[in-house]
Amino acid sequence: MGKVGMKLIESGLRHDGRKLDELRPISMSVGVLKNANGSALVEYGRTKVIAAVYGPREPQTRYMLLPNRAVIRCRYHMASFSTHDRKSPTLSRREIELSKVVREALEPVVLSELYPRTSIDIFIEVINADGGTRTASVTAASLALADAGIPMKDLVAGVAVGKVDGFLVLDVDELEDMYGEADMPVAMAPSLRQITLLQLNGVLTPDEFTQAFELAKKGIEAIYSVERETLKKKYLDVKVED
Amino acid sequence: MSTTPSSEFFIPKLKTDIIISMLGKGLRPNGRKVDEIRPVTIIKDYIPNADGSALVKLGNTQVLVGVKLEIGTPFSDTPNEGNLMVNAEFMPTASPVFEPGPPDENAIELSRVIDRGIRESKAIDLSKLAIISGRKVWNIWVDIYVLDHDGNLIDASSIGTLAALMSTKLPNIEVKDSGEIVIDKSNKGEPLPLSKAVAAVTIGKIGNYLIVDPDIEEESLLDSRLTVIVDEDGSIAGLQKSGAGYLIEEELPTIINIALSKGKEVINTVRNIVKGSK
Repeated sequence: MGKVGMKLIESGLRHDGRKLDELRPISMSVGVLKNANGSALVEYGRTKVIAAVYGPREPQTRYMLLPNRAVIRCRYHMASFSTHDRKSPTLSRREIELSKVVREALEPVVLSELYPRTSIDIFIEVINADGGTRTASVTAASLALADAGIPMKDLVAGVAVGKVDGFLVLDVDELEDMYGEADMPVAMAPSLRQITLLQLNGVLTPDEFTQAFELAKKGIEAIYSVERETLKKKYLDVKVED
Repeated sequence: MSTTPSSEFFIPKLKTDIIISMLGKGLRPNGRKVDEIRPVTIIKDYIPNADGSALVKLGNTQVLVGVKLEIGTPFSDTPNEGNLMVNAEFMPTASPVFEPGPPDENAIELSRVIDRGIRESKAIDLSKLAIISGRKVWNIWVDIYVLDHDGNLIDASSIGTLAALMSTKLPNIEVKDSGEIVIDKSNKGEPLPLSKAVAAVTIGKIGNYLIVDPDIEEESLLDSRLTVIVDEDGSIAGLQKSGAGYLIEEELPTIINIALSKGKEVINTVRNIVKGSK
């Protein structure tokens, strides 16, 4: 539709020149912070997200301890300069919801039962927002957990599929999200074939939903292989001293 | 910050095992079929001072939804549209574990899922809610009060919101030459322009079993759940996976199909009750 009457898709190409099923350039690195037990920087195009993991450690407040497992604490936060208009640094309702959604996207893969009475803290800072921040956050947090050496059943990778000008497109950016008809973030633990995050903002027919999910899976596979390469590279870079 | 919750209600292991073995036979401890929704009762216009309201019972879950209309200013990107605001409060009356205070992440998530369903399906024709183009529009405040929690607050809230919006009347107004707007609440005006009905259908997953409309006992055993917002045209107007577990791909078509058929049922129920109880 395009509220401003602009066409977001012309002759099969998107406003930034991507094909319908093409991801933005994806880049990832781990160990980007010295103090955190694990950290990662993930970029989906111009979306940049930093995740830090502290723990398993003694929780700040003892009342939230669980006797049979570690609690996972998660904060999704957007920096005040990450958006076009300055964002208030206090947590918005959206950020509160996304902190929960991101935590629940990671809960299924973390072997939290190995660390009873501790907390595993995940801090996510969106430093530049250009669409797909929650899925980039899940990817970054999953890498940071692995970087912290926390045992996991699988990595989690996320991507959003959108419906723009009637077409299903992979890895929506902010413009496509704003003027598109639907936005469906998905995160999966691909080796386990588990869907750990699924949301839809917008309207899709059941058939469109099936196609959108297929497209998401394709993107997730690609992101998952970058995640694995990124972690492997970390250990290849280790120099052994005599 | 979002923290792994501790189970609100501990269910003895023996009972858990029984429930799971019952589910294996297609039975539920509450006697319902796996795809059966609890009985819905709706009392519309329950709150005389609200512009629209409904008290909804979904089994023993009770939710009160009130709609208030106020004159406000439009957002600059939608100068000719009214504004919709949805808020949810989990009242301390509703459960021993609900404390007074600002909405927690569960209440915020619930209100945002309901909001997205109405907004994205364009259930309310917001373009008919401009009073003076670019300057004055109707603000629609939907407040969801959870009074008694016996599970599946989101579907109960969605039913309550739909019923309250269906019963909402726009107050009569007079726009003076000076631009001043006088609201006349002495008699009810036109109904709120609704173009579509939507309903949330939540399907819970316990082990490998899927159940519709989980009650509180079942909720404490849920691994995860998927809320599907269904519109009356049979499209999906929203999805929200929630809970610490996961879903698998093969479950999605089943969940969507159950949700589409149950959603239709719920929308019809709400329509019949709201229209019937003049």
